[in-house]
Amino acid sequence: MLRMVPLPRFAGEDLQRMLALYIRDLRLGVRAGGGALVGVLFFLVVITVAPFAIGPDMNLLSRIGPAMLWIGALLASLLGLDRLFQADREDGSLDLLIIGSSRHMMALVVFVKCLAHWTTSVLPLVVAAPLLALFMNMTFDSALGTALTLLAGTPAITFIGAAGAAVAVSLPRGGLLVTVLVLPLVIPVLIFGVSAAYAVTAEPDPFLPPFLMLCALTLFFAVIGPFAAGYALKHATD
Amino acid sequence: MRLVVENLAGDRGGEPVFDRVSFALSDGECLVVTGENGSGKSTLLRIVAGLLPASGGSVRLDGGGEEWPDVMSACHYLGDRNAMKPALTVAENLSFRQEFLGRPFLSAEEALEEVALPSVASLPFGYLSTGQRRRVAIAGLLVSFRPVWLLDEPTAGLDLGSERRFSALMRAHLEEGGIIVAATHVPLGIEGAKELVMGGDGRE
Repeated sequence: MLRMVPLPRFAGEDLQRMLALYIRDLRLGVRAGGGALVGVLFFLVVITVAPFAIGPDMNLLSRIGPAMLWIGALLASLLGLDRLFQADREDGSLDLLIIGSSRHMMALVVFVKCLAHWTTSVLPLVVAAPLLALFMNMTFDSALGTALTLLAGTPAITFIGAAGAAVAVSLPRGGLLVTVLVLPLVIPVLIFGVSAAYAVTAEPDPFLPPFLMLCALTLFFAVIGPFAAGYALKHATD
Repeated sequence: MRLVVENLAGDRGGEPVFDRVSFALSDGECLVVTGENGSGKSTLLRIVAGLLPASGGSVRLDGGGEEWPDVMSACHYLGDRNAMKPALTVAENLSFRQEFLGRPFLSAEEALEEVALPSVASLPFGYLSTGQRRRVAIAGLLVSFRPVWLLDEPTAGLDLGSERRFSALMRAHLEEGGIIVAATHVPLGIEGAKELVMGGDGRE
């Protein structure tokens, strides 16, 4: 009875599996201990403290606003990354993910986990950015522009971070190591993100070239990151 | 279908733990792996599952066809950790396992009935006791079909009644033509099971 007909192999089945993984990680992210809000709180702390440190120079604040938002969002999105695979490894779920991925690529599993992580931990940062822009005395255009560049650029940070998290998966306190590992790779994202965000208000600067570079970086790392992470995870099991 | 292991050697952190392990299991056969602590039972299971690289020899699955091309695609691996998320409910854990692995067999409720835990479906997995967690992990073997079960100390933490129920589940799996490799210290109550003693010279 068990061995009836071989199941038809079609793409829809894989999509269903990946959707199940996405929903599971989404649930884990928003439930107690998921740490989705930690990033937003950290972001809030960084941006509220900045005006006190810099002083009441409104022009200065609005000039450095986009850069401050980007730095805050960058650090906040790196915050929970080290747990991306470590939590799965500790309770044995990583074995399940690897065994389940024998029918498709491990990179696909990593990609879906990155998407879920981005949705629960990083998307709130993008949403909070225009509100926090008020603290930096930024104009409406500048705030929205910065949020737009964050929307386009932060997935790249998650994908790069996934590769770092996979390499450091078996290290008990790998959090800082992950940050140090991925920092050189996220610098280009930061550079193009900030220059696109500035271009929204600084009139002669073109917006489109740095913004398209940012999108290209995200697409590039969306492929490279999961492949590297998948490879590292398959060889890091013990 | 035939699970063939030939001259397998494994190491842990560069230190060889066993070598020249060979066995072959056909449909409906069970292998019980025994041996003292540190003799490499868990390492053997992880290598057979494909989760660890072998330092020598080969593992292959013959006659699995297109659907089960290798051991990893055809196996359930029940390790020392239960592979369940403490923050999710038991039902969510089981239905994720079913959807992610594909080939649904029993529903989550039916699988929980089989391990006599129908009432915990809506509880977070983290709230359960050690024995209950193990029983839920065993229910995870039933939610989707895999012909090969690789079990590492499957009865750890189980009470006597649960052990008997689990033996019955294993026997049912073998009768359906499944293959089981179990590493354990306690008798599993399966007649005609082959035995492999680790730590010796790896004979069958």
